[in-house]
Amino acid sequence: MTFDLIAQLQTRERTGVGCVAENGFCPDWIADNWDRYVDPFWEHVYLTLTSVAIGFAIAFTLAVIAHRRRWLVGPVSAFTGALYTIPSVAFFFLLQPLTGRGNTTALVALVCYTLLIIFRNVITGLAAVPNEAKDAARGMGLSDRQLLWRIEMPLALPEILAGLRIATTTTVGLAALAFFAGAGGLGAVLEEQPRFRSNVVVAGGLSVLLAAVLDLMILAVQRSLTPWRRAGP
Amino acid sequence: MSLTLAFLGDFGGAVDFIFHERDSVSGGVQIGGPGEIADLGLEHLKVSAVAMAAACAFSIPIGLYLGHRGKGEFVAITVSNVGRAVPAVVLLFLFLAYLGIGFTNVATVLFLLAVPPILTNTYVGVRQIDPEIVDAAHGIGMSDVQVVRRVRLPLAMPTIVAGIRTSAVSVVATATIAPLANVQTLGEPIVAPGTYGFEGQLGAAIVVTVLTLLIDAGIGGLGRAVTPDGVKVAGESPAKRRLFSLPTRGREPAT
Repeated sequence: MTFDLIAQLQTRERTGVGCVAENGFCPDWIADNWDRYVDPFWEHVYLTLTSVAIGFAIAFTLAVIAHRRRWLVGPVSAFTGALYTIPSVAFFFLLQPLTGRGNTTALVALVCYTLLIIFRNVITGLAAVPNEAKDAARGMGLSDRQLLWRIEMPLALPEILAGLRIATTTTVGLAALAFFAGAGGLGAVLEEQPRFRSNVVVAGGLSVLLAAVLDLMILAVQRSLTPWRRAGP
Repeated sequence: MSLTLAFLGDFGGAVDFIFHERDSVSGGVQIGGPGEIADLGLEHLKVSAVAMAAACAFSIPIGLYLGHRGKGEFVAITVSNVGRAVPAVVLLFLFLAYLGIGFTNVATVLFLLAVPPILTNTYVGVRQIDPEIVDAAHGIGMSDVQVVRRVRLPLAMPTIVAGIRTSAVSVVATATIAPLANVQTLGEPIVAPGTYGFEGQLGAAIVVTVLTLLIDAGIGGLGRAVTPDGVKVAGESPAKRRLFSLPTRGREPAT
C-alpha cells in the first residue's frame, strides 16, 4: 500500500502530470511543450514589426508634409486620434467584412493605432527645434530641404524615437488581441487554455519580454544616433 | 428593416441585430435587440466605472503628493513603463488563471490598467507648473495644502483629465474581453459566436465603438470645461494635447 503510494508519487513527479492536473506552474511541462510557442511568437514578431514599419512610413510622411503646412496638423491629428480611440477588439471585427479574417485585417488595425503616436511625436519633435539653430543654418546658406534633413531631423530624433518606442510596445500589446481577427500570435495560445497557469505565464511572459527587448533595442539605436545628448553636462 | 439594410451586407445584419431580437444561431434563445444590448451595456459601464473611480481615487492624490514634493520621479517613470509593457489581455489572463473569474477580478484588472496614465499625467501636470507661480503662492502666505488645492490642482487639471481620458478609453475597450472572465459585458456576443453569429459579433463591435467614442468625446469636453480661463490660449487647448512623451529621469520631458 505504502509502496504503491510512493511509486505513484514518483511517477507523478517524473511525468509532471500531477503538476498539470493541479494547474500549477510546471517547468517540466513548459520544457516539453516549448514548440507550441515558437510559431505564435514569430507571428507576434511579424505582426508587430510589419505594422510598426508601415505605420512609421505613413505617419512620418504625413508629419513631414504637415510640418511646413501647419494647417494640416489639426485634421490629421483628429483623424488619427479617432482611429486610435476605436477599441481594438471591435476594430478587428469591423474590418472583417472588408478584409476577411487573417493577417490583413490585423495589420490594418495595428497600423492605424501607430499613426497618432508617431505623427504626434514627429510633429512635436520638429516643432521643438530651437529657432537659433534654424537661424544659424539659414545664415550658413542651407536650403529648406537641407534644413529639414540636416538640422531639424537630427535634433528631433530623440522625440521621434520615443514615439517609435511607445508605438512598438503598444503594438506588441494589441497584437495579443489579433487572434480575434484570426491572425494568430501569442494571444491565440493564451486563449486556447486561458485557465492553465503554465500556459498563461509562458505566453504572457513572452509578449512582455518581446515588448521589453524591442523597447531596449530602439533605445540603443537612439543612444548611438544621438551621441551629442550624452556629451552634455 | 432587414430588407432595407440588406444592401449593407454584414453591416446591415449587424445593425439589425442591435435593434431587433432574433433567434440565436443554435436556436432556442432570443438574442440581440435593444433589451439585451442595454443589459450588456449597463454591466459594461458598471465594471468600467468602478475601476475608473477607484483608479482616480488612488492615483490623483499620490500623483499630487509626489509632484508637489518633487519626489518619486522613479515611481512615476516605473509605473508608466511597466504599464506600457504589460498588455491588458495578458494581465486579464494572469488574473483568470491565478485568482479566478468574476466581477471583482475584472474590475481589479481594469483598475491596474487605469492607474498608470492617471498617475503619470497627474505627476507630470504638477511638475510642469512654472515654479515662480508656486513661489508667488507661498509668498502671499498660502500653506502647502492651499498651494496644492488652489494652485497646483487647477493648473494641472487639463493634464490630469487627459490622463483620465486615456485610461477611460482603454478601460472601456478592455472591458470588451471581460466575458472571458464571466462578466457579461458588450463583449459577450464577440466571445460567443456559437450563439450570436458573425452579425452579433459585428453588432457588438459597433456598439462598443460608439460607446468608446462617446466617452472619449465626453471627457474631452470635460477637459475643456475644467481648464482655467487663464490657461486657455488661442489655438490648441492643453486638454486636447495627448501625452506621448516618455518621462525621463534628470531631463525635462520634451513637450
